Amino acid sequence: MQTMFPSQARLEFKNVEYAIASGRKLVHGISFEISQGEMLVLLGRSGSGKTTLLKLTNRLLEPTSGEILVSGRNTQSWDPIQLRRHIGYVIQEVGLFPHFTVERNIGLVPSLESWPAEKIGARIHEMLSLVGLDPETYARRYPHELSGGQRQRVGVARALAADPPVLLLDEPFGALDPITRSEIQKEFRELHHRLGKTMIFVTHDIREAFLLGTRIGLMQEGQLVALVTPDEFLKLDHDEARAFAECLQ
Amino acid sequence: MNLLNFMWTDRLEILRLSVEHVFLVFISISIAVAIGIPVGILMTRRPRIGKPILVFANIVQTIPSLALFGFLIPIPYIGGIGTRTAVIALLLYSLLPIIRNTFTGISGVDPAVREAARGMGMTNGQILWQVEIPLSLGVMFAGVRVATVIAVGVATIAAAIGAGGLGMFIFRGTSMLDYRVILAGAIPAAFIALAADFGMSLLEKHFQRERTS
Repeated sequence: MQTMFPSQARLEFKNVEYAIASGRKLVHGISFEISQGEMLVLLGRSGSGKTTLLKLTNRLLEPTSGEILVSGRNTQSWDPIQLRRHIGYVIQEVGLFPHFTVERNIGLVPSLESWPAEKIGARIHEMLSLVGLDPETYARRYPHELSGGQRQRVGVARALAADPPVLLLDEPFGALDPITRSEIQKEFRELHHRLGKTMIFVTHDIREAFLLGTRIGLMQEGQLVALVTPDEFLKLDHDEARAFAECLQ
Repeated sequence: MNLLNFMWTDRLEILRLSVEHVFLVFISISIAVAIGIPVGILMTRRPRIGKPILVFANIVQTIPSLALFGFLIPIPYIGGIGTRTAVIALLLYSLLPIIRNTFTGISGVDPAVREAARGMGMTNGQILWQVEIPLSLGVMFAGVRVATVIAVGVATIAAAIGAGGLGMFIFRGTSMLDYRVILAGAIPAAFIALAADFGMSLLEKHFQRERTS
């Protein structure tokens, strides 16, 4: 489907602004494009507006001006429920439903979309294998019976279950210990190469940005101050970019 | 005649009044659940109307129970002497813990879980039924449990307005200055309260089983 219509997974922001009721602009003047299969990493400090951009993409927030195109179509013309089912969403491990088993968590969107039961079962199996968890062992467990890394893998599997062309990830690996984090980052990079999904990945960790990003978008005080490849990032003549680059040493 | 003999002699009367008592509580709690849970849920959706409702329920709770029964008697349609008035008074008493716990339970659902649900494209109805209610059942149920135990106690006063129940013995004993008669009402009432509390605590545990995370 995505190969027939390569434009399907394109994301485009056109001069997007989001202001809260008090009038303060959380993000403004945001324009960029992502093409099919790209992994854009949004890098920035806390409060720089990265998460706001993600939430604007799946309409958890509505832009106060400008427009956002998902698969070539303005998000405002999408039914928000359909839009969100078309976009996978991964947040920190706490986003799993604690009262659902692993298999129900992963099968959630397919079952909301009324897939037949056998197809959902097969898909759960496939997704668990994809993220490196043995279906026999883990399918019937509850999230609290898993380690942090396992929960995060389930989170990724859940977001991929309905095969959405676009994936949004909000600091998905932020709560993990450094070793697990590094393992899961490498696995995730493999996964991205293999699946070719279009992704926006939010982080404040520049190492993560360099490891995963095909491009890095640097956010500062609600603006996208640079959108470059990792190589170009190191050569940027910008204080915030240098501040992040110094963390690499 | 000691207490046990007295209670044995009057066992049929005690049983009849106990059944009446349980019936009063059961009807009132059922209606309170049917009203309180939707109201509690509504309050989480419309915080602006939530506050006044909570204040109202709080005020009702502070009215001395005997006075509340008395106040209701002259009110047309819902008042008068008998079971109906008693049910309404008990219902009013039971609402606060049920509404408050429903509100607290639903508001207490981890915002990250709610946001994940929204972000994955669940509708508001799906989030309510599949996420928020299951995750707050334990807290909601604790409210019903508290309301039930309170109602068992307050229902003894229903006898004062002719609604029967174990309060009959208590009022009779008080006017006769006979502690045996009082205890013949008070002991079964206490037993019913304990049994209800125990039975519902088992159910509550059942609901909370999967909540740990």
